Amino acid sequence: MPWESVIGLEVHAQLKTKTKIFCGCPTDFGMEPNEQICPVCIGMPGVLPVLNREAVELAIRTGLALNCEIAADCRFDRKNYFYADLPKGYQISQFELPICKEGHLDITGKTVRIQRAHLEEDAGKLVHAGADGLHGSEYSLADYNRSSMPLLEIVSQPDIETPEQAREYLTNLRNILRYVETCDGNLEEGSFRCDANVSIRPKGETKLGTRTEIKNMNSFKAVQRAIQSEIERQIALVESGGTVVQETRLWDDNTGKTFTMRSKEDAHDYRYFPEPDLMPLQIDREWVERVRQTLPELPNARRERYMSQFGLTAESATILSETREMAEFFEATLKAGAESAVAEAAKYLVGPITAYLNDKKLDPSQIALTPDHFAKLIVAEKSGTIGSTTSKQLLPELLEKGGDPAVIIKERNLAQISDPAVIKGWIQDVFARSESQLQDYKNGKVKLRQYFVGELMKLAKGKANTQVMNQLLDEMLPTPQ
Amino acid sequence: MITQKDVLHVAKLARLSLTDDEAAQFTEQLGRVLGYMEQLNEVDTEGVEPMSHPIPVVNVMRDDEIVRDLDRQALMANAPVTEGAFFKVPKIGE
Repeated sequence: MPWESVIGLEVHAQLKTKTKIFCGCPTDFGMEPNEQICPVCIGMPGVLPVLNREAVELAIRTGLALNCEIAADCRFDRKNYFYADLPKGYQISQFELPICKEGHLDITGKTVRIQRAHLEEDAGKLVHAGADGLHGSEYSLADYNRSSMPLLEIVSQPDIETPEQAREYLTNLRNILRYVETCDGNLEEGSFRCDANVSIRPKGETKLGTRTEIKNMNSFKAVQRAIQSEIERQIALVESGGTVVQETRLWDDNTGKTFTMRSKEDAHDYRYFPEPDLMPLQIDREWVERVRQTLPELPNARRERYMSQFGLTAESATILSETREMAEFFEATLKAGAESAVAEAAKYLVGPITAYLNDKKLDPSQIALTPDHFAKLIVAEKSGTIGSTTSKQLLPELLEKGGDPAVIIKERNLAQISDPAVIKGWIQDVFARSESQLQDYKNGKVKLRQYFVGELMKLAKGKANTQVMNQLLDEMLPTPQ
Repeated sequence: MITQKDVLHVAKLARLSLTDDEAAQFTEQLGRVLGYMEQLNEVDTEGVEPMSHPIPVVNVMRDDEIVRDLDRQALMANAPVTEGAFFKVPKIGE
């Protein structure tokens, strides 16, 4: 039987605030254990949480970037469960009235609906002593630095059909969050985490199958692999007569398989109720509009504009608009005087510069080459001051060490010679000492043109403007018979 | 009506262990509490917005500014067990 998979994603994005969501502790990463804690975030009796205004603002900002409706009224709820990483015995979250709802995000050929995005606090981190993981450990060590970090949980509708689409959704989502600067999207540091809900159903069926929730995926590639593996597991299970059980499964990147974490029997019963320690939130439309005014142009809009305004291909426009750093580098280059050389800018950025960035794992804001110098380089090529071979040779050095191409061209005497009088002189020289070849050419041996080009290049030491040279050579060569 | 099974379930979620006598007693008592709550259903709330707080205050927020009052040592002084810079907690799970 042909099967289809149905995937929904939940992303926990850590909002880029200076302090935690309900207390004044800093949010730095990589601190010594329990170095940024206070009575509020370690759940001491009698303390009261106070909401961080910036966390609300960043949630609004993210919601707008994801085309969400921003709730006029929202509130916080307690999600009750016991675990050692949760000092209060409950997590403050939003259940019934999330701050953002009903948005959407585009991936190739498809719009994925976003069901909701809500504010909540993160839990602490546990180190399980005496074992690789939870199993077999005698006790655990709790570090509450991460406790109460501000999170926005972004929940998609089950609109995603394949593991590849899931990966694209996450990539685009992360790019948008980075564009609007609400989350740094760092998977290794855990500021962008993803869980996947996966189910299968016979192709064409409209009813959803029983889903499993997959956790513990630390890269986009892991998400794609985990979903693929889970789909295969469910199909094999059902085809051999079994049934999928609703459960949470953990991905093991080493074995490439998911395994049961919690079965339905201990399915969570969170007993949500309104958080009595926090007052409801009323977000007036003025605040929302003020935030909307500060949003940058987003990747999709930028991509469309690059295609219509500059005539770039969809592929180039996508690469140039994908990340804010790349888009800003590209636009700064044009502003620095390269408006006339858009095609050259795109060619280098999409080709060799992207290859360099991928290789070095850098973004355009981290390289030695500045937009200003890049503009000088491509304008020099476009105007014929240097040949394209020269600019290609200069690029790796500029990427690595930087430098002003105008100065380098001058110092190393790299400018090509375009003066027709000089080139004409060279052609005359070559003709003067190549009488027999000239005669053969005249007699119809037109292949000899290449010989003249070669001789000219030698004479010009590779610095002749080839376009001018070719044109003059054709004018000056005799007509073959 | 609340059953003894419900009470045992809620007790388990709250990490409370009850004797049979206690379970029976709490079932009866909680049943009465819920009975009082039932009376609220007699009030006509047509057109009244649900309320989650008894006082009409909204938007209590603070600025995103770092506040550091106590150091780790003071904060961890009341922990039953610590190990180095960590709070030490008993074995988790099965």
